Formats: sequence, C-alpha cells, structure tokens
Amino acid sequence: MSVELPLSPEDVNEIATILDGSSYDRLDIRTSRFRLRVERSGEGWSQGWSLDEGTEVAVAAVVNVNIAAVVPEGLEGVAAPLPGTFYHAPQPGAPPFVAVGDIVGPESVIGIIETMKLMNPVHAGCAGRVVDVCVDNATMVDSGAILMHIQPA
Amino acid sequence: MIRRLFIANRGEIAFRVIRTARRLGMTSILGASEADLSGWPAREADEVVCVGPSPSPQSYLSVEAVIAAAKAARADAIHPGYGFLSENAAFARAVAAAGIIFVGPEVSSLEAMGDKLMARKVGIEAGLPVVPGGEATDKAQALERATATGFPVLLKAVSGGGGKGMKRVDRVEDLEASIDMAMAEAQASFGDPRIYVERFIASGRHVEVQVLGDGETAIHLGTRDCSIQRRFQKLVEEAPAPMIPDDKRAAIETAAVNLARHLNYRGAGTVEFLVDAETFDFFFLEMNARIQVEHPVTEEITGVDLVEQQLLIADGNRLTLTQDMVQANGHAIEVRINAESWADDFRPSPGIATHVAWPMGAGVRVDTHMPRGGVVPPFYDSLVGKLIVRGATRDEAVSRLAAALDVLNIEGISTTADLHRAIVRDPRFQAGGVDTRFFEGLTHG
Repeated sequence: MSVELPLSPEDVNEIATILDGSSYDRLDIRTSRFRLRVERSGEGWSQGWSLDEGTEVAVAAVVNVNIAAVVPEGLEGVAAPLPGTFYHAPQPGAPPFVAVGDIVGPESVIGIIETMKLMNPVHAGCAGRVVDVCVDNATMVDSGAILMHIQPA
Repeated sequence: MIRRLFIANRGEIAFRVIRTARRLGMTSILGASEADLSGWPAREADEVVCVGPSPSPQSYLSVEAVIAAAKAARADAIHPGYGFLSENAAFARAVAAAGIIFVGPEVSSLEAMGDKLMARKVGIEAGLPVVPGGEATDKAQALERATATGFPVLLKAVSGGGGKGMKRVDRVEDLEASIDMAMAEAQASFGDPRIYVERFIASGRHVEVQVLGDGETAIHLGTRDCSIQRRFQKLVEEAPAPMIPDDKRAAIETAAVNLARHLNYRGAGTVEFLVDAETFDFFFLEMNARIQVEHPVTEEITGVDLVEQQLLIADGNRLTLTQDMVQANGHAIEVRINAESWADDFRPSPGIATHVAWPMGAGVRVDTHMPRGGVVPPFYDSLVGKLIVRGATRDEAVSRLAAALDVLNIEGISTTADLHRAIVRDPRFQAGGVDTRFFEGLTHG
C-alpha cells in the first residue's frame, strides 16, 4: 500500500521521449518501493517493473498443497501437466474417470485439472493398471505433482 | 459524494480503477482474495481488505463476502469492474440495500439485458434491427417467413443443435424443396418438424458501440470492432470499426443511443451488433451493462476516461459531455496478452513471470498488473495485460503494434504474444475489416 502511484503511464512515456533524444540505452530507477528498468529495444523502448526486491516472488500464492513427487519403484507416476484443481470426475456426483484396479492406456483420461476457468484433461501417459490415486478430489495441485500410480502393463 | 471507493475485482482492471480513483481524490479500497493480497494492485491501493480464499466462488463471486468486506471498509461506492459480479442484478440490489452506491446501471437495466432472448425483445421494443427470422410450424408459414426475411436464409430445427437439420438456401426457387427436407430431417432427428427460418449472414463482423447515459440522456463514443475472436473470446479490438461506410456507421451509433435512451440507461455500456461484412446491414445482439475489457481503444481515440465517467454518473451527476464534444481522433488497437500457449491449443499457463518487459513510448499504452516476478494464479482468467497502440491512421497503428510486439518480452509463462505477432503480419488484418472467420484462416507460426 502506498501514498501515491509509482509513476503514471504518461510519466513513463515521457521518460521514453526524453531518452529517445539522448545517447542513453538504459535507465534504472530504484526506490524503496519499486524498481523501473527502461531499456532500448530495437527501434523502441521496454519498461520492466519490479516490486520490492527479494519479496517479489510470492510462490506461496500458487502452491497450496505440496504433494510428494516420489513414485515407488516399478510404478509409473501420472504427473499434473499444469497447476490447478484436480478432479476425479467430469462433474460433481458423476463417477470418477478411473478407480484403483482399472486398466488404462496412454490416452485414457484419468482426471481433469481446472486452471484459469478451463478444464484440462489429464492423460495416463502409459498403459497399465491404476494402483493408487494419490490426490483427493478437488485438491489444488502444483505442476508436476504425482496424481496416480500405475503398474505398467 | 463518493470518497471511499471499494473495488470488487482484480488484475489489470482493478489497477485501472485505482488510478482513476486516485486522480479524482477518492480513497481506493481493494477487495482482494488471498491469492491477490501480495499482487501489484494490492500494493497500489490505499487500503486492502481480504474478500476470502483464492477460489473465486468463495471470494470475488460471493455477494455476501464482497458486501461484508465493503461494509467493514466503510466504502460508500463499489466498482465491480468486468466479469465476476459486475452484471449480477442480485448483487446490485444487495449493494443498494447495504446503503452503498453501485457503480453501474439500474437493476432494471441489468435485468432487461440479462439474457439474450430478453435482450432481443427489448431491442425490438426500442426499434433496433435484430437478425430477421422466426419459427415456422408448417410449410406455408416457413415460406412466408423466408420471403419476409430475405435471402440467403438459414433453416434450423427448433429442437435441434449441432448443425443437424440446418440448411442454407440462397434462392427462392430452392426454398420449397429445402423446407421439405429440413422439416423431414428435423422430424427424423428430433421428433419435431418445426423449423426456425433466419437470415443467413455468411460474413459477419462484431461491431459494438460505447454509450454513456445519465438516466435522462445518452450519447455514444463511437464504434469498436472485435471480429477477431476464438471460440467467442475476443483477441483483438480496435476503434473505430474500420471500413464501414459513414452512413451505416452513423446508423449503428444512433441505434445504440436509442437503446440506451429506451432503457433510461445510467452509466457506461456497450451495445453489440452483428454487421454483415458485405452489405453492412446490422443487427442488435445484446448490451453489456458494465465497463468492458476493450474500453481503452475508445479512450485512446476520444480522450475520455470512461472509468471517470462511470464514477461521476454513479455519484449522481448529469452527463457533462455532449455528443458534439466527443471527437474521435486517429485509430487505436488493443491486443489481449493472455497467459496461454498458442502452440499448445491455448493451454493456460499459470506460474511466475520471471522476466517481464512491456513496450513503451509514443502511442503505446499498457494496462497490466504484471510486474517482473509477478504471479499468474491458477484460479482466475488468463489476462495478464493489454497492449494498446494509437496512430493517426490505422496503418500507423498497425505498424506501431508490430514494433511494440517485438519489444514485448515475458518469460516464465507462455503468453499469446506470438499469436498477436502472427495476426499483425497477416495481410487480411493489415487490410482491415475482417469478419469473425479470421481466426480459422490464421496459419500457425
């Protein structure tokens, strides 16, 4: 939270105009609250904003659940292709796509991950038998989290 | 007077509203979900209130949570942005019941435009042209409809879907046989022979008109063209809509104002039309009773801050702008930079934007909430920023867009920047005036 905005878009464009008439290629402004890097880029200029250094990567906001990526020997793990909410079934109340004991092929859909309002199918990626469903229904997962274990055929 | 403005939204539009609120001397209060508490808009707002957990049903879409947060923050007005609760009549009613100003139209306007069939009915009442057509229960009625509609016509099964029973008829002499076939197919496929006869628009453009109303009078701020879409999601928008004859453009704008006046519309709204790309006949589709994602292209050519206008009107002021005062200059184009991978069938790409360099300079505007190291959470839509360019002519705007896209560099997440680089190189786009089939004809890489 701040008392005033860093710089208005008009201010930033004025900086570009001033730099255009100069021999400078780069401008780096650092304050207690932000850092603005302006660089010559081909015929134009680019603006890069950083918030206070060190805390700018708020990883915690992305990953709510850490799921072990360890897959027991002899089994294949189905990894989440992208972060999101993992669902076992196509819609609430519907039977799950697969259950423990089911035989799947590489193209079999084993669940869906909802990311940014879009439903993305998750494919088994290998042929075999489902031996474990590692993640509960409607759980937030990170990309690469192991969702299921499959005994390869 | 609005002194404490609560922003019930996130992302670039939240940042956009904060800027104008600050300029008008209002205290901006951002209602942020847990995922957005550390984002750029939260740092720029004067105050931040948490509206709930990250998933939007528990935060941005929860009427109770948003109202409770706004009350706790002693807000006197709520700006809903776009999407989320912005056109939710129950929300607008709850805001009013809490003694807070809703920055948007009257509940009656939200309800009138709430669904497409209702909107069509209200549009007809206001004297707007709609896609001609209607239901036919027998052959004689179908013939009568087709004659009234004009050719080509599209015959559709009333109970149908998925293209079954759909027939395009170009000439009156083919009509009888086609009606027989369409009715037989409709009967065979759906057990219902009734068909719907509608004017077939082979080549359609999506053209919309920005309007402002104060409840008593209304004006327009010209057209926007949003024909470049994928699965009804807009990708590129420009103002004014290019290559439309002046008399047709004026007629479209007048129709939009007539609808706004018919509704006694208060606030900023957008009236959407389907325009035949060959004849420029136009048909009313629906009205969006909120600020739109693509509002900056109108701002860039008119110099009017649409969010400011919304706030002034919501505060009970009459329009101070008159139609004569609105003068459009030049041409503006906006492209939506989404965290999606074009190469991977538009798969969403949440994550951390490890490197972010936006273009800047004369005629370039960027509306974004994404700094270097910023996070694209997996919970919300994929818009990370909008690149808007303006030129004295459309050609100048197009070449500025190409240069700006070359500068834009985002790493760590996939974005649609490469898609827009392909669009800007496409000769059809460079020529202007494309129809809604543009995207299907776009070649990859």
